[in-house]
Amino acid sequence: MSRQADDGDVLAIAETWAKAGRRLAIATVVETWGSAPRPVGSHLVIDDEGNFEGSVSGGCVEGAVVSEAVEVIGDSRPRLLSFGVADETAWRVGLSCGGRIRIYVEPLTA
Amino acid sequence: MDLKLLSTLNGLRRERRAAVVVTRLADGAARLVTEGDDLAGDPLRAEIAAAFRSGRSGVVAGPDGEVFLAAEVPPPRIVAVGAVHISQAMVPIVRAIGWDLVVVDPRTAFASPERFPGVQLHADWPETVLPGLALDPYTALAAVTHDPKIDDFALVHAVERGCFYVGALGSRKTNARRRERLVGSGLTEADFEAIRAPIGLDIGAASPAEIAVAVVAEIIETFRRRTIGTPS
Repeated sequence: MSRQADDGDVLAIAETWAKAGRRLAIATVVETWGSAPRPVGSHLVIDDEGNFEGSVSGGCVEGAVVSEAVEVIGDSRPRLLSFGVADETAWRVGLSCGGRIRIYVEPLTA
Repeated sequence: MDLKLLSTLNGLRRERRAAVVVTRLADGAARLVTEGDDLAGDPLRAEIAAAFRSGRSGVVAGPDGEVFLAAEVPPPRIVAVGAVHISQAMVPIVRAIGWDLVVVDPRTAFASPERFPGVQLHADWPETVLPGLALDPYTALAAVTHDPKIDDFALVHAVERGCFYVGALGSRKTNARRRERLVGSGLTEADFEAIRAPIGLDIGAASPAEIAVAVVAEIIETFRRRTIGTPS
C-alpha cells in the first residue's frame, strides 16, 4: 500500500540477489519536478545481465536506467541521471505537462 | 551503498525501526542513521531530524556537495481498543490518510466483520492480542471502550512499548479513578501524565464521528510534532 512498503520489497530483493553472488546496482529517484509518476525514494534494482525489479517511472525511462546501471556495475562509479518524462506518459496520466526526474544509480559494493 | 549497510537497513525495516540513509551524491559514500542516534555534532542534524519526522526523502545541501537523505520509516498505524461507534467512524478517516488501523475488542458482538468490513480485527482480549502486534514507536493506541477490564492492560502495555501516542476515552472523573488504579501498579506518575485523556483534540466534538475526527487529528499532531534524535 505505502511507498515505504514498495521500496522495502526492492531493497529486500537487492539483498537477496547480492547474497546469491549477483553483481548489482540500485537506482533511486532523488528529485522530481512536475508530473513524475514515481515519488522520490522509489528504487529499481538491476543486475549485470540487465534483470531488474521495482520502478523509477511509469516504465518510460527504465530501459535507459538499466543500460546505465550495467555500466555502473562495470566501473563501480555512481551516476546521477536526469530525464524529462516522456510526453506520452504525461498524457496517459491525464496531465498536459511532462515532468522531470533525477535518478541516482550506484553500485552495491561488497 | 555496500551490502553490509543494506543488510542492516533491511533488518531495521523488518523490526519497524526508522532509519535515514545519508548518501553523498558526488561519490556514493553512504552512512546509516537510526532513530535515537545522537545527532549532536552532525552537520545535517536538522535535515535528518526533518526526514525522520516527515518520512520524506530528498536532496539537501551538505558540507561537501549534494546529499540524498533516504527516509526509511515504518508506516504509522493506529490500534483502537474497542470496536465501538467511534472506532467505526475512524475507519474511513484512517483509510483516507493512508495509515493502518487495527481494532481489538473481546466482545464478539462489537468486533464483528459486519461492523468493520476490511479492517484488521481481533475479537479477543488485549492481553492476548497486543503482544503479538509488536506495538512500537510508530504505533498509536486509542482505548475507547470505557471499560477498565478492557482498556487498562492496553494502556499500560502501550506505554511500556513506547507507542508515540496513548489516549483513553472518559471524563476527568473517570480518568481520576484510572489514575488510582494504574499509578503504582504498572505506571509511574509521569507515564500516566503522558496518556491523553480525555482522548482527542478539544474541538467540542459531540457525535461519535466528530470524536473520531478529534482523536485522529490528535494522533496526527502528536506524530508529526514528536521530538526526534534526542535520548528518551
